[in-house]
Amino acid sequence: MAEKQFKVIADTGIHARPATLLVQTASRFDSEINLEYKGKTVNLKSIMGVMSLGIGKGADIKITAEGSDAAEALNSLEETLKKEGLAE
Amino acid sequence: MTFLNGIAASNGIAMAKAYRLVEPDLNFEKKTVEDSTAEVERFRQAMAKAKSELELIRERAEQELGADKAAIFEAHLLVLNDPELNTPIEDKIKSENVNAEAALKETADMFVTMFEQMDNEYMRERAADIRDVTKRVLAHLLGVQLANPSMISEEVIIVADDLTPSDTAQLNKQYVKGFTTNIGGRTSHSAIMARSMEIPAVVGTKTATEEINNGDFVIVDGLKGEVHINPTPELVDQYKKVHEDYEKQKSEWAKLVNEPTVSADGHHVELAANIGTPNDLKGVIDNGGEGIGLYRTEFLYMGRDQLPTEEEQFEAYKAVLEGMNGKPVVVRTLDIGGDKELPYLQLPKELNPFLGFRAIRLCLEEQGIFRTQLRALLRASIYGNLKIMFPMIATLNEFREAKAILEEEKQKLIAEGQQVADNIELGIMVEIPSTAVLADQFAKEVDFFSIGTNDLIQYTMAADRMNQRVSYLYQPYSPSILRLVKMVIDAAHAEGKWAGMCGEMAGDETAIPVLLGLGLDEFSMSATSILKARSLIKGLKKSDMEQLAQEVLNMQTTEQVVEAINKRIK
Repeated sequence: MAEKQFKVIADTGIHARPATLLVQTASRFDSEINLEYKGKTVNLKSIMGVMSLGIGKGADIKITAEGSDAAEALNSLEETLKKEGLAE
Repeated sequence: MTFLNGIAASNGIAMAKAYRLVEPDLNFEKKTVEDSTAEVERFRQAMAKAKSELELIRERAEQELGADKAAIFEAHLLVLNDPELNTPIEDKIKSENVNAEAALKETADMFVTMFEQMDNEYMRERAADIRDVTKRVLAHLLGVQLANPSMISEEVIIVADDLTPSDTAQLNKQYVKGFTTNIGGRTSHSAIMARSMEIPAVVGTKTATEEINNGDFVIVDGLKGEVHINPTPELVDQYKKVHEDYEKQKSEWAKLVNEPTVSADGHHVELAANIGTPNDLKGVIDNGGEGIGLYRTEFLYMGRDQLPTEEEQFEAYKAVLEGMNGKPVVVRTLDIGGDKELPYLQLPKELNPFLGFRAIRLCLEEQGIFRTQLRALLRASIYGNLKIMFPMIATLNEFREAKAILEEEKQKLIAEGQQVADNIELGIMVEIPSTAVLADQFAKEVDFFSIGTNDLIQYTMAADRMNQRVSYLYQPYSPSILRLVKMVIDAAHAEGKWAGMCGEMAGDETAIPVLLGLGLDEFSMSATSILKARSLIKGLKKSDMEQLAQEVLNMQTTEQVVEAINKRIK
């Protein structure tokens, strides 16, 4: 299983548009991908799951991926987060 | 044929088939199903139909309305594809043997409730996305058609209870010939929208959605405020004549497009337009606007999920300044808060939003937002004749503070090597009585005033303009309001400054003669009212109107004022 930690830096946190981008990215991969925040874990391919976490600025989040393309998925997600200025 | 009476909200005559922007009946009964496998299959088919429908809508919205407007459908598609929603629904159908409608509704409701209970306005609004998607799938399960405004492809009259900004954002303006709604008044969103789209509208008909069916032939008479449903051929002919006459009148007015606005005795005033986006510029130029008297920048911030960047704002301001080709452009800084919400700012709800944390009050507190806007404005200033105006100023200190922040950003930009115009006039909206009363002191420091009558009237009369039951107190011609207007104009002139007006009143045929008499320098209105106003002013002598103004200022009631004006003008 691959995992990575991030700190959210976007002023509005992970809201609709950022959440949309993350879910779209995650959905391209076969691996099981989860997002952890404040002890809660949700499916990162679920828009409602991601939004239900209500992730704000400064939040510490963890993304885990398990499956054949786990490493690739994690890299893509990291790229999305950084390119959009969402997290570091 | 049927006939409805309403409020004439936007001039002109429109005739076309009705398109109801109304929700169909989505009621159903919860039932037990024998074959749950077949029921799951039925659910999947409805999902597939909803999905291909949404993809089509998104594609069209992207082509016709832009990627911004299409984003909402993108979000809907994600909800539709969400495994956390779909799996529990299918499980429920199988384990409880219930029909797909019930399984869908109950599962979705659980999520809606969860989102609604979050202590975050933004998340609560997301509940609406889930509801929208549920409705679409439910409609397919029930075999009924949802209204899909972005899919309209023939000329129509939109019939709705009310039109929200998100409704109108989805309308393809090419095909929408007119509006009629159950509720609303001249200053409601649907009315303002209709005027900026230059299409006729009748609002406040109370029963339009009950009386009008999809496909009915409808006449919207935006001149008189009447709606005719399935009219007789004779009436249609009559209206064709009215329409022609109106068009003729308009072409008479059109001759005034490039003329200055000069009264019969040679006094010049400026007729400017109120706009919301750079897209409104065409209307301003076509209607002979001599400037922009109010650029409402809120629209840059609305209908999205995060603040607009400095660059996005810069592009919009630059487009407007360049489009006006050196004519004055008064930009009002962000007037948000109160009734105009930005969910992503997560501002707490207030009991008295109109008296609360809004406009300049918010900008002075949330300076990051304010500074970004000011930087964008300053950078755009070299592309035209920019004037900046602060909204909701109640005290001189607020103005001084806002001005100091502007000055700081200006110095920073110059230090960064950016070019900034050095002749930017700085003014304020006068919409709070305290500012009108102290206008003589403000006039020493500001470059201009723009009187915002909609708010000035509601604050002076202490009457919420959204509250129908006190709407009789919305009295622009009250001597009390006219006296405040006079104070502001006189105060400006005493210091060699100018005074404008950007509320509804500035384009009002009854008010214009008095405002001319009071010496108002700039009248800013819906672009479509400009030529009519110019034609009116050309026929008036300022000296006569000064006399009229003097008379009405000393009257006791609104009724007396209106009577005196009508007697003098007609």
